[in-house]
Amino acid sequence: MNVERSRTSPFLAVALIATAYLAAILLVKNQYYQLMLTLVPVWATMGLSWNILSGYSGLVSFGHASFFGLGAYTVTLLLIDLGLTPWLGIPIAAVVGAVAGVVIGYPTFRLRGHYFALAMLAYPLALLYVFEWLGYQEVSLPMQRQNPAAYMQFGDNRVYSALALAMMVLALLASLKIERSRFGMSLLAIKQNEIAAEAAGIDTFRWKLKAIVLSGLIAGAIGGFYAVVLLVVTPASVFGMLTSAQALIVALFGGAGSAWGPVIGSAILIPLAEVLQGELGDKLPGIQGVVYGIAIILVILFAPEGIYWRTRDLVMARHKTAPPPALEAPPVASIQPTRRQRVRGREAGQTMLEVSGLSKSFGGLRAVQDVSFAVREGEILGIIGPNGAGKTTLFNLLNGILQPDTGRVRFLGHSMLGMAPNRVARQGIGRTFQVARPFPRLSVLDNVVVGAYVATARDEDAYALARAALEKVGLTGAARATAASISTQQIRLLELARALAGQPKMLLLDETLAGLGAREVEAMLGLIRQLAAEGITIVIIEHTMHAMVRLADRFVVLDHGAVLAEGAPDTVTRDESVIEAYLGKKWSARANA
Amino acid sequence: MTPSLILLENFLQALVAGVLLGALYGLMCTGLGIIFGVMRVINFAQGDLMMLGMYFAWYAFAGFGTLAVLGPYAGPIVAAILAGPALFIFGYLLHRLLIARVTGLRVAGLEGEGHYAQLILTLGIALVLQNGGLLLLGSEVTSIKTPLSASAWEIGPFVGQDVSFFINKARGVAFVVSLLVAFSLYLFVTRTRLGKSLRAAADHPEAAIYMGIDVDRAHRIAFAIGTGITAIAGGLVASYLPFQPYVGLDFVIVMYAGVVLGGLGSIVGAYWGGMTIGLVQQLSTLILPTQLQNTAIFVVFLLIVFLRPQGLYGRNVQRA
Repeated sequence: MNVERSRTSPFLAVALIATAYLAAILLVKNQYYQLMLTLVPVWATMGLSWNILSGYSGLVSFGHASFFGLGAYTVTLLLIDLGLTPWLGIPIAAVVGAVAGVVIGYPTFRLRGHYFALAMLAYPLALLYVFEWLGYQEVSLPMQRQNPAAYMQFGDNRVYSALALAMMVLALLASLKIERSRFGMSLLAIKQNEIAAEAAGIDTFRWKLKAIVLSGLIAGAIGGFYAVVLLVVTPASVFGMLTSAQALIVALFGGAGSAWGPVIGSAILIPLAEVLQGELGDKLPGIQGVVYGIAIILVILFAPEGIYWRTRDLVMARHKTAPPPALEAPPVASIQPTRRQRVRGREAGQTMLEVSGLSKSFGGLRAVQDVSFAVREGEILGIIGPNGAGKTTLFNLLNGILQPDTGRVRFLGHSMLGMAPNRVARQGIGRTFQVARPFPRLSVLDNVVVGAYVATARDEDAYALARAALEKVGLTGAARATAASISTQQIRLLELARALAGQPKMLLLDETLAGLGAREVEAMLGLIRQLAAEGITIVIIEHTMHAMVRLADRFVVLDHGAVLAEGAPDTVTRDESVIEAYLGKKWSARANA
Repeated sequence: MTPSLILLENFLQALVAGVLLGALYGLMCTGLGIIFGVMRVINFAQGDLMMLGMYFAWYAFAGFGTLAVLGPYAGPIVAAILAGPALFIFGYLLHRLLIARVTGLRVAGLEGEGHYAQLILTLGIALVLQNGGLLLLGSEVTSIKTPLSASAWEIGPFVGQDVSFFINKARGVAFVVSLLVAFSLYLFVTRTRLGKSLRAAADHPEAAIYMGIDVDRAHRIAFAIGTGITAIAGGLVASYLPFQPYVGLDFVIVMYAGVVLGGLGSIVGAYWGGMTIGLVQQLSTLILPTQLQNTAIFVVFLLIVFLRPQGLYGRNVQRA
């Protein structure tokens, strides 16, 4: 997905397809095919609803029948009990679906992965039995003899097809709009790496809740319309597992994560199923399901990510794009100030981050115990210590991924306790990860844009900030490459750029030099020094001591989760306990030589 | 009889029914638990594989009548047990030919680790099995009728000759057999080398990879064993409950509820999870209308997922 390219073309494509489909609707006289022409956009809309939540954010829902069924019963019961026309009933059904989205999403988003998927499965099935128990086994919508059009009842079936098409176009346009905004980008980032998205300042909970509300709204509306088309509602037909499965199947078959996927899936699968049912259904009961099942199996074996993505990959392969250029010479190498100047320049720096008495245990393991230190504005603080000393856990406590058992963290005088990572990022603390967490399917530029959202409300500005950050780390040439295709060094730079794009006051760098060659390390050191010279305070975890003594102004040494020593590199590297625990005799022998 | 004694009698009857049903749920959940634990794949076809086990038992006992020679007592039981190896082979081949293409190491690079492809593939297999069953086996409800399924043991009376409850003989026999199968399985996973490595792989799939366990082979065996166990449970259920080709849908939900209750990755926990579901389902009939007994399952399921996501009997494996 690229935001800048092709801003208009998909909307033109929607207009063309809608016009062609409308023409087909007007031409078809056969009632049977008219029903098919109605059902294709109905299930495409349901697939689009599923896709907005599950396709973009990656949270697989087996429970979209909840929204669909609530919508269907809302329209039906309003018509029967209050005589309310579906013209009003369907918008109300949409609201009911949206409210159900909040009610279901709020508790369920605490779950992840399979738990989320299975919990979603339980909602419609519980509702199914409740509606049976309430006595709504089979509810028919009464025919309105007088003024049927006012009750959305038409003698001409083509009107239903046109209405279904209109609803699908609305859902499709909404999806395309989402894909091109920070809404869609944030959901994609969540799907690819939720922790990285949080650390980059994305409020993951809020975006997921928005997605399920919109998704429920669309599913509620189309469920209500479905009741109007079929005129009979049963709990099994609207809350049943097949309803949820149908939404998921059309979307996955066509290609999840793209607005076109559900439309393609529905356009192929619904006619296939209906034709099989119509032609062979009475002679060979079940043949429809068998062929349908086999079709799904075959497609998924040959195109596991769906037809849209497979086709796109094939087309892309034909116009083979050039591989991303090798990294240009780091622009910063020549302008690094010497260390002594920098130290003198910022001795007056005030305290930026104050950590006191911080502790965290996992079961019996005391990962971080009673850690206190301060970070002064503009300095480079190195955090060193043996493996398992609690360095990364400390970072996770500082940026809100973990909450401490006891202790305080104050940044610029404000307490950071209890803040989610995205709020910590908003306060101005950026973060990179020891095991790099890029969003592999996004381009390098889009990866960095996700980090820039926190700094600006306007998407255009976010792109400008992202470009500036890429320029700063020297990745401009690789901006269009996907993050999965670039080198280790470029991934490290990408993470750095993503953190920088949020305009942080302080950066937490977790083993940024890991896996780099000697020359690459030099370039990275130059870059970090330059960032510090520009006024960004740096806290860095690193194992490469030789690099660290040249980079850091001060060290904090951790061992077994506690602070072992703190001070200037010269002092700390001569400290007996530090040598004993971490540096080893070899280091001291060489240092004293 | 006083109202409190009637209540006691109803309670005992529901409790017994719950334990009898729970033991079978436990067995089928264990089958799914092995697959889910080791492979971390949501297999929607599990209920339909169980349906195949039911039909296998029916054909072996009544349809072709081969096992009818064993008489109405041993016949259905032997047929149910034989469904195990038969579906083991079916599961093995199904994994080799289809499932393996979208699981394991092959899909490591795909988005969401290939979950989408797995979901849709198993949904496709479920559709083919259900509807293929309809096509080949017919839509009428089938059942295995023996003298046992129409008679019951009376337990009691006690509390002054007033309170007693009944155990349907077919259910009672199926219960005892399911305990024996579950116990053998327990010995298998705790005592044998293969069983232990499966349990380790279910407990921590990634560590298993690092320790050099052949992942595809472990998956294949787990899938085959899980299918076989669930099929035995199906064969036993078939000895007293009527069934049709779509019966799998009802059970797949129960199975997932049981597995999550027991704690993802815990094979022993899955058994107790299934037992819990059986008890909740039957005991809920004391206070809720019968139509809502399945709603009770889902409410309990959701409560557990929210309050204790590591399951009732397992430890938490979902870490950030």
